[in-house]
Amino acid sequence: MTKKILIVGGGLAGTIIANGLCRQMSREIRGGEISIAMIGNSETHMYQPGLLYVPFGKIREHELFRSQRKVLDRRVPYFIDPATNIDVEGKKVTTESGKVHSYDYLVIATGSRIMPQSIPGMEEGAHWFYDLDGARKMRDALDKFEGGKVVVNVNAPHKCPVAPLEITFMLYDFFSEKGILDKCEITYTYPIGRLHALEPVALWAQPEMDKFGIKYETFFNTKDVDPGGKTITSEEGVTLPYDLLVTIPPHNGAQVVIDSDLGAGGWVPTDRNKLLREGSTDVFVCGDTTNIPISKAGSTAHFEADTIIDNLTSLLTENRWARNYDGKVFCFVETGLKEGTYVWFNYTTPPNPGPPSQMIHWFKLAYNRLYWLSARGLL
Amino acid sequence: MSERTTIDARGAFCPGPLMELIATLKLVQIGDEIEILSTDKGTAQDVPEWCAKVGHQHVETVDHGKHWSVVVRKAK
Repeated sequence: MTKKILIVGGGLAGTIIANGLCRQMSREIRGGEISIAMIGNSETHMYQPGLLYVPFGKIREHELFRSQRKVLDRRVPYFIDPATNIDVEGKKVTTESGKVHSYDYLVIATGSRIMPQSIPGMEEGAHWFYDLDGARKMRDALDKFEGGKVVVNVNAPHKCPVAPLEITFMLYDFFSEKGILDKCEITYTYPIGRLHALEPVALWAQPEMDKFGIKYETFFNTKDVDPGGKTITSEEGVTLPYDLLVTIPPHNGAQVVIDSDLGAGGWVPTDRNKLLREGSTDVFVCGDTTNIPISKAGSTAHFEADTIIDNLTSLLTENRWARNYDGKVFCFVETGLKEGTYVWFNYTTPPNPGPPSQMIHWFKLAYNRLYWLSARGLL
Repeated sequence: MSERTTIDARGAFCPGPLMELIATLKLVQIGDEIEILSTDKGTAQDVPEWCAKVGHQHVETVDHGKHWSVVVRKAK
């Protein structure tokens, strides 16, 4: 009897898992003992971190996309038919077209999405770069921008936790290169009492901002935006005027997770070591979809995916658990348009970012292309 | 009837306990409680301070030796 693995979600996490499982269990797939299928929403796979460069015209849009079917191992049938219900008791997933997929093991990797509509006035008054349409609009706004008050506003929760700092320093360099820096005043807002969730990163960022004259407002959780009056107000009672508002909108998980009653906000309660849905032994959760209190980032998804590949392979071929996830996260941090650094940590090792350098910036640029090897499970 | 959600942020460096609390407050009803478990000693100070600033109710903080438990009630 063929054991069926079903992966819901065609982003980085789901794709690495599908491709990794194919490589680890090629013999079993050939022999018909194992089958792997994926349900996704889109014909294309997007390299999401590349969106950071779109507002500055530093990446061509086509570089962000590949055909998902080409990224995916050809032994994995890919259904572009969004999941509408995940029934973990009945072990089946229903899709928009009405098709029902049964499974022996399920991987939920449905990711996260921005929710600017959840804050009054944000959609109308703010720019963002967390989706292609938003990044294009921000690029147009930057082209026309001739100076004024710029607010970079960060909301919780959000994925790619270093991106808010990166965009701030990149805006500084952009205005400098455009020759309008003396006409710009940048203010960075952050939800908690320091400039970044990671204390060492916050300690590094503060003197950098001081050096560049970038202002900051901590304990700033957005209450609303007034697009007419061009102000943004926090729950803490602070109002800032702006000429250009760049926001990192709050995020939610996928609607199908909410509709299937698998987790508030679309985040699935997940065991932080086993990456199994709480209460399940046959449902793995990977990437942004988990409610684990760690960074929602591509590298998190990657390291989690590697753990799930090992465990699914061991369970199916040797009936044993292979290893636990140790909470590893690795993030590049662009510290401007020409330099970068990186940070890594896990559940027991705190982060300790090194000094920025041009070499790390170049490595990040190289990774923008190497990403496709990650998605294929080769890196 | 109000409910209590527990966030186990022990050993979580990023996004950290307060950020997890802020995110979770958006998902619960007024009157619900959130208990946050944290190994970061700053949490015991940051959370009550932030609650006072925005108008949520700090219910209690308990020192368990190796971690702190901080309970907050959503007030608005």
